[in-house]
This record gives sequence, C-alpha cells and structure tokens, in this order.
Amino acid sequence: MADKKIIRKSSLGELFKKIRSDGKRILAPVDRGGKILFEYVDSPGSIAPDYIQTTLSAKDTLLPRCEEMLRFRTEQKSVYLEESLNRPEPTLIFGVRPCDARSIAVLNAVYLINYTDDIYRQKIDTTTIVGVSCAKCDEYCFCTSVGGSPGDTAGSDMLLTQMDNDIYLAEILTDKGKAIAALAPELFAEGGDVDKNKHCADVPVRFDVKDLSKRLPGVFEDPVWIAQSLRCIGCGTCSYVCPACTCFDIQDETDGNRGVRLRCWDSCGFAQFTLHTSGHNPREVQSQRWRQRIMHKFSYQPDQLDVIGCVGCGRCSRTCPVDMNILQHITDILEVH
Amino acid sequence: MIGYGEGSGNRVRAIFIQKPEDADRLILDDRCLQNLAVYLPKHEVRALGKPAIVARVPVLRSIQQLVYEQQLKEGDIAVIGVSDDGQVLDFPDLKSVGDFVSKIPLTLTPDEQAALKKLEAMSREERWNFWLEEMSNCIKCYACRASCPMCYCERCTVDCNQPQWISVPAHALGSLEWHIMRAMHLAGRCVNCGDCTRACPVKIPLALLNQRIIADIVDNFGEKAEYALAAFKPDDTEDFIR
Amino acid sequence: MEEKSLYQPYLMRIAANIDETPDVKTFRLEFVKEDEGKSFSFKAGQFGEYSVFGEGESTFCIASSPTRSGYIECTFRKMGRVTKSLASREVGDIIGFRGPYGNIFPLDDWKGKSLLFVTGGIALPPLRCVIWNALDLRNNFKDITVVYGARTVRDLVYKHELEEWGKRGDVKLITTVDPGGETVEWKGEVGFVPTVLEKASPSSADTVALLCGPPIMIKLTLPILTKLGFSQDKIFTTLENRMKCGIGKCGRCNVGKYFVCKDGPVFTFAQVSQLPPEY
Repeated sequence: MADKKIIRKSSLGELFKKIRSDGKRILAPVDRGGKILFEYVDSPGSIAPDYIQTTLSAKDTLLPRCEEMLRFRTEQKSVYLEESLNRPEPTLIFGVRPCDARSIAVLNAVYLINYTDDIYRQKIDTTTIVGVSCAKCDEYCFCTSVGGSPGDTAGSDMLLTQMDNDIYLAEILTDKGKAIAALAPELFAEGGDVDKNKHCADVPVRFDVKDLSKRLPGVFEDPVWIAQSLRCIGCGTCSYVCPACTCFDIQDETDGNRGVRLRCWDSCGFAQFTLHTSGHNPREVQSQRWRQRIMHKFSYQPDQLDVIGCVGCGRCSRTCPVDMNILQHITDILEVH
Repeated sequence: MIGYGEGSGNRVRAIFIQKPEDADRLILDDRCLQNLAVYLPKHEVRALGKPAIVARVPVLRSIQQLVYEQQLKEGDIAVIGVSDDGQVLDFPDLKSVGDFVSKIPLTLTPDEQAALKKLEAMSREERWNFWLEEMSNCIKCYACRASCPMCYCERCTVDCNQPQWISVPAHALGSLEWHIMRAMHLAGRCVNCGDCTRACPVKIPLALLNQRIIADIVDNFGEKAEYALAAFKPDDTEDFIR
Repeated sequence: MEEKSLYQPYLMRIAANIDETPDVKTFRLEFVKEDEGKSFSFKAGQFGEYSVFGEGESTFCIASSPTRSGYIECTFRKMGRVTKSLASREVGDIIGFRGPYGNIFPLDDWKGKSLLFVTGGIALPPLRCVIWNALDLRNNFKDITVVYGARTVRDLVYKHELEEWGKRGDVKLITTVDPGGETVEWKGEVGFVPTVLEKASPSSADTVALLCGPPIMIKLTLPILTKLGFSQDKIFTTLENRMKCGIGKCGRCNVGKYFVCKDGPVFTFAQVSQLPPEY
C-alpha cells in the first residue's frame, strides 16, 4: 500500500532545494513558446502552469534521441575501446503524466527482458519519477482504454494529485519515492486519506483493448490499413513523440582517430527502416508500415512481452501533421468484420 | 479526388474521394492549408488511378515545380484550382496551371518579412545561437521532409551513407547539417507553403530558412525568376551544368 | 574494466582473408584477448554483428563450425557501407564482433537422420557452418547431400571446400550453375537448383532438409521438396531481415510476434508459413 501524505504546493520549492542538494538534477515541464518541454529546473517556479501533455515525453531522458553506446580510438592497425562518457546523472523527473509513467513498463519490457540493456538500466536505476495526476484531458486522451487512468500510480515513484486548494496528495509508492520524502519529512503531513478520483479528469473508456489484440491478426489483410494510411506522409513524428516507442538505429561517428557508436531513435514509419541493402523491402508501402505500428503495439507486444505498447497519451494524434488519429483508427479497425 | 475533409477535433485532413456520392465530404475553408501536392508521387495514391486535386495557390505552384522537374506530365492529374479569393479555377491542362501561377509573384507577406528583418537585425552570434537553440529541439522525425511536396526523392541525401554526407543522429551538429542541407536543396524550388513549419512537432520555424532564400532570389533575380534547372538547354554555352 | 556492456564488441584480428568471388570475401577472425576466445562458444545457425569502427555494424552468420575452436569465420558480399569497408581490411587489422546471437539448427535432434542441404549463391555460408559441423561429427548422421548452385562458376563460394567435399566418399555433392554460367572446364550440372534437385530426387525418408537461398529459389524449391515428401516442419531455413542490435531491442527485424534476431534466424517452413509476409 502506498503511503499517502499531503504536501503544500508552496512547499515544493523547499523540496526541490533538498532534492538538488541531494545531488539530483530535476527535469520538469517548462513552457517554451507553446511547446512544453522537460528542462532542468532548480525551482518549481519555472514549471509550466497549465498543460495537458508535454510535447515530448520523458522517454527522451531514459532513452535519449541520440546517446553514446561505445567510444573507441584507432591507431594504425589497433583499436582501443575507451570508457563511455554516457554515465547517467541521478535525475528526478517531475510532472510526468501517469500515461507516460506507465510507458516505463514498456521500456522495461523491451530493454530489461531477455538481454539486459545496461545503458538503459543505468538510466532507469538512477531516475526517480514524480508523477502528477491529470486534472484535465482532451479528446485525444484514452489512457483508460489501455489500462491506465488519470491518477494511475504505475511507473511513478511518487504520484502527486492536486486537490481543490493549494494541496497535493502525495502517494509514496516505491523505495525511490520514500527516499525523496525522507529528504524533507517535515513537508509531508498526514491527511492523505482522501478520494483523489474526484480531482482527476474523467477519461471515458473508448474501446476494449483485449478485444482489439484478439482481433488484429484476423484483419491483417484487410484494406482498412490502406484506407487509413493514404494520407500518412511517412514521417517519424508519431514514433518520436510516443513514450512507448523504443526502436533505434545505430550510427558510428568519428573525429580524427576517435569515434563513438551512437544509438538514435528510429521509426517503423520510415521506408528505410526495413530496407535491405539488396534493395528488397519487406514493408514496401506506407500501409504496411502503418499496420506494423498498430500490430506491434496492440498484438505483437502483448504476445511477446505481456505489455500493451500504447499508453493512450494521444501525442501521436495531437502531433501528426496529417491528422492520423489513432483512437479513431482503432475504433474503425474494431468495426472491420 | 484529393481534397480536404473534416478531421478530428477542429482539424481538417486530406481525404481521397473515390465515389461520387462521397464528394459531399469535401470542404474548403481557412483551415485547409496542407499542401496536397505531397500526395501526387505517393505509390498508393497513384495506385487508385489518375487523381484530381484541389489546389490553392501553393499547391498550384508545387504542381508547376513538379512539372519543371519532370515529376508530373500533362495528363497525369486533373487540377481543380482555387484562387486566393476563393474562386474555382478551371485548368484544361498543366501548362495553364503554370501560366496562371507564373503571373502571381512569389513574395513574402509583411509578417514573414518582419520575422526575417528581426533575424537580420541580430548579430551574427545572436543569430547563430537562435538557430542552435531552435535546432536543439529537433528530433529528426523528418516531418519537414515528409510534408514537403518538393522532397520527393526516393533516397534522400541523409539516407545516403557512402559517404555519409549528413550526420544522422539528432545532436546539435546533425540537426543543423540536416536543416541547412534541406534549405539549400530547396533553394529556388520552395513554394513557401509553410507545411514544414506546421508539420514540425517541436515548432522549429523552418520556413524562415526558405523564406530568407526566397527573399535573396527576389532581390537578385527578380520576382519571376525562371527555374534554373528547367531553363537549361542542351545547347547552353556554359558546360558546368552538364 | 567492468562487465562487458551489451553492445561492446569483441576485438577480433583478421587472421586470414580469402577472396571467394570478385565481391565475396571470407575472413577468419581470432580474438585479440585470448581469454575471451577461450570462453567464447556458439552453435550452428547463430550470427553476429561485425563492425568496422567508424563505419558501423553489419549482420551475418558465423560461417565456420562450432567444432573448430579458437576462431570464427564469416563470409560477406561487398554491398553497403560497412561491408565495403570490411572488404578493404587486411590480415592483421582489428574489427569488432558481437555475438553469438539467435537460435540454432537443432543438430542434436537430428542424430541418426540424413541431412539434405539445398542452397544457392551467397546463402551457402550459414549452411557451411552446419555442413562442417555435421562432417566433424560424421557418425551422428546418415547420408549427407549438398545441392549448391550459383549463377556462374565464378559466383560459387568456398571453391576449395566444394572440391574437398566432392572428393569425400561420405558426402553427396551436386553443384550447378545457371545455364550460360558454365565454363569449358565445368564438370558440375548446368541448370537451376530446383530442377537439379528434382532430377537428383534425394530421399526424404528420415531426412531433414535445410534450404537457404534467394527468395525466388526458395519459392521454386519448396514445391519440389514437398513433392519429394518433405513436410514443412522438416525443412529448415534462416531468415535475413535487416538488423541493427541483434538482440530483439531495435525493432527492425520484427515479423509478426517474432524478432528474426532473437527468435530466429532459424525457422522451419511450418513456422515461416505462419508469419506475415514481411521478410
């Protein structure tokens, strides 16, 4: 059971100070001309006051858009592997939405099961997630359809829910969460025995995800994929704003005789993604690539890893340059017979 | 028929009408900004048969440019033009599309000019830092490329790796290289539809780069500069272009 | 140094460099660090990520047999950035190797059975590993038949080994080249692999078939194998989707609920027939 306390909004400044002195950097949502980005902050004053969802997810910290995997030096015929500079700093990410926090289960499943990805593991081990429940949602949100909720605690080490007045309910969920509360126990008061749900947004359930997973293999050959993706322009925006998309590319870069091997985000939406050097492409057209996106998230990942590769944050729909609306598409797919 | 229809929320989206009875879904209003010419080279769209396209001025310009670049030829498409004041324009062929848009100079709006002036008023360092900061947000999703009707290359420079011309990762240098390369590749070709800026998920004002180049072209070659590569003739006395 | 990172390759020294065809090469690779070589083991069918530092990684099978320890061999065609750079390396140069990855050909389950290898062109390397493995444990198997074809005589890889297998009494080797690809001295068959296979008509009794080749060869050979009495679960192949990580993370080789790298690359055609056609 989570330890439930209350903390005043005005105490967050003090808490941030303690977290900073504890050697953690704090990432929090900051408004940059209409886009909400996770940036380093020292005080809660810099945090964006009002937003539904950050423009990019916190994935950029755990699985950065580009990060070092390996560092090397070549000298004539010899090669030396050097110590990687990709050493994570202890980080606290503040203001993660419950849907995004839930996506950590997907990242963990991909990166920690079977072969443990030590680069990712070091990051997740040194990161504390302080979630903030959603008081508002929009028509693109569908967390409740994929197992989450606006006050879902999954993935957060501590979850804050803003109550009517200047008070947050603080649910202390994990050892990392306890460690944060222990930095300033005086700021966390009793009185957390409240119903947080009335302070959370009401996100209606829009589809039955188990039914979707069950039906997807049967509609693999259906023309619905072509109809839906005719307007898809094949960019990678949906994947890159997605908190649960994990695919990557590997690129070497050199400067003189030194070099790095980098991992970079990649997307199944790109034609190049599956292109063989021979010219053969197993997914030649956009409809196949669009189908892969949906199949992977709602059929293959539940089958392989027992997770749904979508948390219903709605970013892909909000950001898509051509209004590919995932919720609408899923609803349409469920109507295929 | 490639046109606009209602999308999700208050958005509009491209729709592909295949039956006459679905034509009622077509709409046209101030929200209909996407440059639909981006769909003309797309395999699956082509597979549906010869398209008709709803074309406002930027789309008409894109069509003209695609014809210049031999990506479209007479008979490939039917064009239903819409003038800036909302009149439906009847184009019997692609030549008439070219004739029509050639008469409308490609100039920048006062707002666009003001934005450029603001940039130009910066010191070189300020400007460099402005772009570095903007580019630091780039995630290399290539929405700018994918949304652009002029980015029709089957294999983009950034995807060519022998040698690797452009750094792939989305780090500061890689992103800067990418956007400079793209802007240069669009010099004299960009129709200033603004889709790159609108498509960008992190709101980088990409069109500023192209608008600056458009302003330079207007200053140096006039408003009706002919497309350089289209102007090439086999008996040209210069041989550097061959 | 601490525990080896997941993506940190072994450093390998090129010990031998063989030109198989004008654009196909074989490297023998030895571990720079002896202790790494001693603790390294793999099984037939597995693959690795071979890298030129500064150019990147490329995926191919381990073409040597696990029965030969102390080194691994790989055979590759000069195609892309990495393989072209690899091809310009010389004996003594250092390259990277991550692996072994993927599943295996279940040779242990095939004890007492006959093996039929059907392959073409640059698809022989993954089977060469199995062929040598079986030959080194020859008593474990009954008949071993190899049907191998290439476009031209020049395109046959492992020419010396083909000669060696041809001379051995315990392998039935049938080589063929496409019509027009033969030379004056050519003593093998002339014709496409499926036709040559049908003519040779090897028995399917208690036999496992291993089929690797270009898609068109596979497409035309499968019906012949079926006619010869092989059921789909007795025909094995390796799939070759584009890969980057080799360990089921990067997502590239995903086909249906499988990753070719992690759940393959070895599949039976009974399994392949259940996959979406995205390979």
